[in-house]
Amino acid sequence: MNLDDYRGVWVFIEQNDEKIEGVSLELLGAGRKLADKLQVPLAGFLLGHEVKPLAKEVIAYGADIVYLIEHAVLKHYRTESYMKGVMHLAKKYKPEIILYGATPNGKDLASAVATDLSTGLTADTTMLDVDIDSRLLEASRPAFGGNIMATILCKKHRPQMATVRPKVMKALEPDAIRLGKIIEEKISVEEEDIRTKVLQIVNDVTKKANLADAHVIVCGGKGMGDLQNYQLIHELADTIGASVGGTRDVVEAGWLRHEQQVGQTGETVTPKIYFAIGISGAIQHVVGMKNSEFIIAINKDPNAPIFDVATYGIVGDAMEIVPKLIAQFKKLKAEKGGEMIYV
Amino acid sequence: MHIVVCVKQVPDTKIIKINPKTNTLDRRSAPAILNPYDAHAVQEAVKIKEITGGSISVLSMGPPQATAVIKKSIEIGADRGYLITDRAFAGADTLATSYALSKALKRINKDHPVNMIICGKHAIDGDTGQVGPGIARRMDIPPVTNVIEVTEVNQKEKTVLIKRKLTNGYELIQSQLPCLLTVEKEINDIEYSPMPNMIEAARYEPIIWAVNDLENVDRAQLGLKGSPTIVGKMFTPPRPEGGKKLEGSTDNQVSQLMEVLMEKKDLFTLQPSK
Ligand SMILES: Cc1cc2nc3c(=O)[nH]c(=O)nc-3n(C[C@H](O)[C@H](O)[C@H](O)COP(=O)(O)OP(=O)(O)OC[C@H]3O[C@@H](n4cnc5c(N)ncnc54)[C@H](O)[C@@H]3O)c2cc1C
Ligand SMILES: Nc1ncnc2c1ncn2[C@@H]1O[C@H](COP(=O)(O)O)[C@@H](O)[C@H]1O
Repeated sequence: MNLDDYRGVWVFIEQNDEKIEGVSLELLGAGRKLADKLQVPLAGFLLGHEVKPLAKEVIAYGADIVYLIEHAVLKHYRTESYMKGVMHLAKKYKPEIILYGATPNGKDLASAVATDLSTGLTADTTMLDVDIDSRLLEASRPAFGGNIMATILCKKHRPQMATVRPKVMKALEPDAIRLGKIIEEKISVEEEDIRTKVLQIVNDVTKKANLADAHVIVCGGKGMGDLQNYQLIHELADTIGASVGGTRDVVEAGWLRHEQQVGQTGETVTPKIYFAIGISGAIQHVVGMKNSEFIIAINKDPNAPIFDVATYGIVGDAMEIVPKLIAQFKKLKAEKGGEMIYV
Repeated sequence: MHIVVCVKQVPDTKIIKINPKTNTLDRRSAPAILNPYDAHAVQEAVKIKEITGGSISVLSMGPPQATAVIKKSIEIGADRGYLITDRAFAGADTLATSYALSKALKRINKDHPVNMIICGKHAIDGDTGQVGPGIARRMDIPPVTNVIEVTEVNQKEKTVLIKRKLTNGYELIQSQLPCLLTVEKEINDIEYSPMPNMIEAARYEPIIWAVNDLENVDRAQLGLKGSPTIVGKMFTPPRPEGGKKLEGSTDNQVSQLMEVLMEKKDLFTLQPSK
C-alpha cells in the first residue's frame, strides 16, 4: 500500500428523517481543522434516499466536497447497504482519514468498513489532531487502567479511521454562501442483496433521562454513601428543576438507570450548570461533562481531581452541604414565590 | 439451532480502582470476570434455545486462565466451550481479534454448522464494540448491533425478528439466518444457575486450540503484528485551570455559592409564578 495515494479528510454524514445528526456537523468542524493543517480538502459523504437537499448544509458547515449516493436501499441505515456505498467511495477516492460519530449506526458502519478495508479504527475518541510531518491522525481516548489518555495511531494502513463521541467537538457557524462541490456516485445493488430489513422505527424518548438536553444536571457519585443518602441528590434536583445523573459506580450499584450515566460509556452532557457531588472525577467521568458551562463540585477530599474541572468547589461533607443548599433554594422560592427557570 | 456466543475475560473494573493521586491502576484486587455483556449474550442464547432447541457453544480467545469464563458460561447454560490460546494471538487489536475468532468459528462451523453468533455490545476493558461487526464481515453474515430484544426466531423461514436500540428509541429488524447479534445488558436478566449446571461447570474441560489447530491462518494477521493500531503515547490531559474553592464554614460556603449562582442571571433566574 502506497500511503501517499491517500489524501483528504472525510466525515460520515449521518442523517435520519431528512435531518443531519448533530455529531456529523461537529465532526465537520473538527475535520476542517485537520484538513487545513494537512492542506487537503474536507469532504462529507452522504448516503440515503432523496437526501440531496442536505448536501448544501454539509458545505455550509465546512465541507469542500460532498460525495453523494442516493438509492432506495439506503432509505434506512443498514450495515450491508451503507457499507457498499462507503466501500465504493473509499476505494475510488482514497481518503487518508475518515471520521464517524460514535452513535449506534456510526460505530456499526465504521467497524464493518474497517474490517473490509483491513485498516485501523479507534473507538470513542475524545480528542483529535494530526501530525503535519508524518500526516498521522492522533486519535485520543481515555485509556483503560489509569486517569490518563492514550493516543492511538495507525501508521501503515489507510484510511486512518476513528469514531468520535458526540458533543465533544464544536461545529462551525454555518455559512450559507460557502462554495463546495457535490459529486454524485452510483452503486449497483438490489434490495434482495441485503440480508436485513427495517420493518419499523419507533421513537421512544420516554426511557431517556433527557440528560442530553438538560440545562441543569445534578450528578451524584459513590461518595453519597448509600441509596438512602442518594435521595438528597433527587431532592436537590427536584427543588431546582434539574435532571439527575450519576457516575458508573452509582449505576452499577443500582441507584440509577444506565440511561442516567454520565461519561465515556454513558452520556456526554453540556448543561449550563453541572453539580458534581461526591464524585472523584475519574477521567472516564470527566470526558463526559467537562464542557459544561458552570461546574460546581462538592467533595470532602480537597485533592479530588474533580476540583480541577470545577468552576467553584466546596470542600466538605455532602451530607451536610446538600441539605443546606436545598433549604436555601426552598427559602428563595418561598420568598419570591416562583419556580427556577433557566434561560 | 446452533448458537455460538463469543465471551471475553476482563478485569473487574468495578473492583479495581484508579488511584486519583497517582493516576494508576490499583491492581491489588483485580479479579478477572466474564465480560458482563457477554453474560447477557449467553443468557439470551439460553432463552432462544428453550424455544428452538439445539445447542450453545461459547468461544473465547485469551490466556489459559480464560477457561474460567467458559466454565461460567456453562453455568449459565452453554453446552460446549472452546478456548483459543496461543502466544501468537497476544497484543491483538480489534481487527486481529476478529480475524482470530473468525478462524476458530470457521472450524466450529465445519463440525457443527452455526446458525447464529452472539457477542456482547462491548467489552468493559476496551470499550470498543468493534469485534462483533468485524466477525460478521469475516463470516459474511449480517451484523445487527445494540440488540435489546430477540422477538422471534423462525427456523423454517430462516429469519429472526430483532429490536435494535437507537439513539432515540428502537427499530424492528428482520434478518436472515445465520446472523450476528451484539446485545445490550437490558436484553435480559441473568438467571440463577440451576444446580446441575454448577456441577457440570465445575468439572467441564473446554476444547483448547492453538494457531496450528486452525485452518488457512495468515500469521501476519494475528496478534500485535496483525494490529494496525498502536498506542502512540499516554498523557495526562491538560488540566483546566480549576476554579475557585470556597472558603469558610459550611454555612458560609453555601451562601457564597448561592450568591454566585444568583448573580449568574444569564444562567439561572427565578420566575415568579402567576
Ligand atoms: C472502561 C471504563 C469506562 C468507564 N466509564 C465511565 C463512565 O462512563 N462514567 C463514569 O462516571 N465512570 C466511568 N468509569 C468509572 C470511573 O473510572 C470511576 O471509577 C467512577 O467514575 C468513579 O465514580 P465515583 O466518583 O462516583 O466514585 P469514587 O471514585 O469512589 O469517588 C467518590 C468520591 O466521593 C467523595 N466523598 C466520599 N464521601 C463524601 C461525602 N460525605 N461528602 C462529599 N464527598 C464525599 C470521595 O472523596 C471521592 O472523591 C469507567 C471506567 C472504566 C475502566
Ligand atoms: N478475546 C475475545 N474472545 C472472545 N470474544 C471476544 C473477545 N474480544 C471481544 N470479544 C467479543 O466481542 C464483543 C465486543 O468486544 P470489544 O469490541 O472488544 O468491545 C465482546 O462482548 C465479546 O462478545
